[in-house]
Amino acid sequence: MPVLRIEKLSGGYGASDVIHDVSFDVEKKDFLGIIGPNGSGKSTLLRLISRILSPAQGSIALQEKDIHRIRLKDLFKEIAFVPQNTIIHFPYTVWEIVLMGRIPHLNRFRSETRKDFEIAERSLALTDSLVLKDKRIDELSAGERQRVLISKALAQEPQVILLDEPTSHLDIGHQIEILSLLRKLNRESGLTVLAVLHDLNLAGEYCNRLILIDKGKIIRQGLPAEVLTYQTIEEVYKTVVVVKENPFSHKPYIILIPK
Amino acid sequence: MKNRTKLLLLLSALIIAVILGISKGSVSIPFVELFQRQNSAILQLRLSRIVVGILVGAGLGISGVIFQALLRNPLAEPYVLGVSSGAGLGAVIGMLFGASGIPIQICAFLGAVLSIALVYTLAREGSKIPIQSLTLLGVTVAVLFSGIIVFLVSISSNESMYGIMWWLLGSLAVFNLNAMIFVAFAVIIGSVTAYFYSRELNAISLGEEEAVHLGIEVETTKKILFVLSSLITASIVCVAGIIPFVGLIIPHMVRLLVGPNHAILIPASAIVGAMFLILCDIISRSAVPPLEIPIGIITSLIGGAIFIVLMRQTRKVK
Repeated sequence: MPVLRIEKLSGGYGASDVIHDVSFDVEKKDFLGIIGPNGSGKSTLLRLISRILSPAQGSIALQEKDIHRIRLKDLFKEIAFVPQNTIIHFPYTVWEIVLMGRIPHLNRFRSETRKDFEIAERSLALTDSLVLKDKRIDELSAGERQRVLISKALAQEPQVILLDEPTSHLDIGHQIEILSLLRKLNRESGLTVLAVLHDLNLAGEYCNRLILIDKGKIIRQGLPAEVLTYQTIEEVYKTVVVVKENPFSHKPYIILIPK
Repeated sequence: MKNRTKLLLLLSALIIAVILGISKGSVSIPFVELFQRQNSAILQLRLSRIVVGILVGAGLGISGVIFQALLRNPLAEPYVLGVSSGAGLGAVIGMLFGASGIPIQICAFLGAVLSIALVYTLAREGSKIPIQSLTLLGVTVAVLFSGIIVFLVSISSNESMYGIMWWLLGSLAVFNLNAMIFVAFAVIIGSVTAYFYSRELNAISLGEEEAVHLGIEVETTKKILFVLSSLITASIVCVAGIIPFVGLIIPHMVRLLVGPNHAILIPASAIVGAMFLILCDIISRSAVPPLEIPIGIITSLIGGAIFIVLMRQTRKVK
């Protein structure tokens, strides 16, 4: 049974659909990457799955149950979302932010219990961010902030974590750090990861499966080596590339050819 | 320092402010003599102003916190959606039709409620209320209504219409018990509800999508809280006029003291707002006796000065 099953999904903003007839499964313990050119609908697809947008057609099922038939609170006990844009207007501490991850599990008239504090603390530990606990979120570097937001997502104790370009504003050191962290969580804690990624090489390196979309449709899906071929990339990105093998990881490695 | 300790400290400061408010005034009477029979009228007068000060200060503080969180805008304040000019317009129209006294307050309240309803209706898109449209339309409606108020006042031959200008500057001198009970009801119900929504407010202050991703029904929550805080503000405006700056700076000041977590920010803003208004009222009553300076002028002057100092202080600490 797949964790998430997306079937014949179409939808977008208002009257115009951005996503057209998209179907795929996310299996348990997948590290699934969604790639595609700018404006191809990657983020829209993710926002349909996280119920920010409503599908025009088709369905999204979490463990065979339509996500629109699940209470919002219950849904976000199972899935968590890490956004791309991480500007926070108010000076919350890291601890306060991570505790917010417990909101789906809490009742309005009950305050956090020791169990919630323990889970929040463990979530911070998992991303090596315990030292940041008492810092203010606006004092952190971009990489630290991203780790804290992943901790907040982990505090929800989700089965699936959705990430919208989690590394887009980071330097290469932090990009590797965040993706390695996700891989560790994926392998050691059995967390299912569904991430929109911009960088094809990083996507090929870390994901066990890739979905390439363009103009709202799936062009190809499968293993990184099946998706990241020079023919497909040239066709979709309209640019000439050479695909080699990374000598260390034996994953596909894309070399850009300047015009 | 623990949150509870901070709240207790603020509460003790409020008690000191209350005692000061009872003992200071345009006539100086020793504190113990206030409780003798011949001074009971003065005591009653001062007590009623203190009660109004607490209600209005707490209400404006909380309503400011809610607006700033929902609109994610540090410049948001209780009057941002045009409540104040709506109330003013209601009162002016009431006067044009010859109302005076309590009916004017009712007209003001109706004006406030109708202006909020107008702003919501204009801003609404389907079942959603986008905050940018809401803010812009609120400001626009406020300017529009203020224009109409000034126009009506200037063409009216009724001398008493000029009184509206004074009324709009705000005062804590409320002599009507029913109006006070009404405000108390709105402020208490609103504050308690807001407190139980503090987790939602925390999440929404991060962003609306963020809040959805924590399982919060954002649009419903927004509607409930907008209506509540607008009702608090409307009821305050129609008894105490427009007291500027409290709803804007109290949340900022309190955030510097206790941080942005609404579970403590809401009660702390209520306490500090109440305290601030009592102190401003003491100055307004006793600065140039026997005249009373409109409290709105005091809140602007003192609030502005305190805020600039606080901002500079925290920047230095950083």
